[in-house]
Amino acid sequence: MSLRIIKAGIQDTVQDFGRYGYQQAGINPSGAMDRYALQVANALVGNDLHEAVLELHFPSSVILFTRPLLIAITGADFSPSINGEPVPLNQCIVVNKNDALQFHRPVSGARACLAVQGGFKLSPWLESQSTNLKAAAGGYEGRALRKGDELICRTEREYSKLLNGKNFRVLPWTADHQSGDNSKEILILPGNEWDRLPAASRERFLGTPFLITKLADRMGFHLGNEPMDILPGEELVSSAVTFGTVQLLPDGKLIILMADHQTTGGYPRVAHVITAHHSKLAQKRTGEALHFRITDLMTAEQLLQKQQQHIKQLQNACLFKLQSYA
Amino acid sequence: MTTPTLSYQLFSLGDSALTLDWGNRIDEAINLEVMARYRQFRHQQFPGFIEAVPAYSSLTVYYDPVFIRKLLPVAGTAFEYVRERITEMMLVDLPVTTLNSRLVRIPVCYDSSLAPDLDDILSEKQLTAEELISLHTGRIYHVYMMGFLPGFAYMGEVDEQLTMARKPRPKSTKAGSVGIAGRQTGIYPLTSPGGWQIIGMTPIELFNRNRKDPTLLQAGDRVQFYAIDKYEFAHY
Repeated sequence: MSLRIIKAGIQDTVQDFGRYGYQQAGINPSGAMDRYALQVANALVGNDLHEAVLELHFPSSVILFTRPLLIAITGADFSPSINGEPVPLNQCIVVNKNDALQFHRPVSGARACLAVQGGFKLSPWLESQSTNLKAAAGGYEGRALRKGDELICRTEREYSKLLNGKNFRVLPWTADHQSGDNSKEILILPGNEWDRLPAASRERFLGTPFLITKLADRMGFHLGNEPMDILPGEELVSSAVTFGTVQLLPDGKLIILMADHQTTGGYPRVAHVITAHHSKLAQKRTGEALHFRITDLMTAEQLLQKQQQHIKQLQNACLFKLQSYA
Repeated sequence: MTTPTLSYQLFSLGDSALTLDWGNRIDEAINLEVMARYRQFRHQQFPGFIEAVPAYSSLTVYYDPVFIRKLLPVAGTAFEYVRERITEMMLVDLPVTTLNSRLVRIPVCYDSSLAPDLDDILSEKQLTAEELISLHTGRIYHVYMMGFLPGFAYMGEVDEQLTMARKPRPKSTKAGSVGIAGRQTGIYPLTSPGGWQIIGMTPIELFNRNRKDPTLLQAGDRVQFYAIDKYEFAHY
């Protein structure tokens, strides 16, 4: 036993980089909403970048550690504390047995990642530890974490030398989490039905902000736009859709598909949010505005490549730092 | 049997997938081509291939653009690279065949106690239960694609007399419910909101996460329904 949920959060699940290879059976990939935060958390604690973490929403679970562990919290800032003392995001924290981690206020962002060194001892389902809530499979018993759940971490390390008798200890380096992209805009690529939007709809798409409604969860974000016109065309037979696909619903509203999206759909695919901006998008909350700007495939690929290079550098730097604490 | 390659369009689906589209139609000949290409792409995986998802008349290929970009000259995109690999593979004529497809027989209890929409449909269509059963069980259906829910098979086509519009609003639908929408028929593998008209229920599991193959059906299968009564349903 390594950590116990002593109070349940609203929807906290085990997620990794996603379950790929089963969409042809209608099994959606799941996985962390913010895969950049997932990778930063894993880099910090020296894990494989795709290792499973706890994805936390606010109000979040209260977590009691039942053995010393090395952890890192990334993504949303929910004002974390250990035993009442504030602790930072994007840093390694050595926690002791009986330390309690809780989250106080949703300061910024929508979902946090909690990584532990060594990852969790959970049997994978179809090669992934991600929780698939629809299939009630993967992760911890295929469901969100509840009070009393106990997770075992795979680490063999003792950490007692690192703690030096203290309760917990924050290690003195910080992951640069910005990746040089502070723009407010969400970049999109035109979808196959983009050209079926009349000029006025396209202008509105790119010229006005879109508010995220209350219907915003791991499956998708419904946007609160005035109904948007689309030129008449033949009804689409179902085909594959993906994370970031922006669909125009029959009532003229837009939805952006997120990590728990259905594998296939039949609504017009007007646009796709570029993969490099999924992380930024995943951290948006109800009531926040999205500003779309159109880009091209070359830019989208280059931004994603840059993001991955940044994570690789971070991973190397963290491994180097962690060595001196071995 | 080798048929000439049907014409298709290829377009990007964001920056990590592309779709081949044979014309937005529900047509068994097109779907057999989709399935043949699906098997080919899985067999001849190019570097950076993640997975392929067949649908009615389209096939979507997911790839890892960061991995592919490491193999490329600076000027090109991963999309162009994948498009070239696919275009090369599409030059190979493939045997399009149904010979290897499985026939799966599925018991269905067509009883209004298990099928909330059955009575309305019978009166609207002016059919007896026996007539509906004979129409629905009277053909072998082709599984065009999987989607919507884990293990949900889109099958078709039902007899023209059984064509039904979707419900205006999705209603909670029990696992095992057998429904019709348009000329498609399908079975809900899990309890879920759904808009298909429910005419029966099967006692067998379409999805079981503990099985090695969690879904009973796969795209390309053939399916035939047979009627069972309430007693058989309860004791299945």
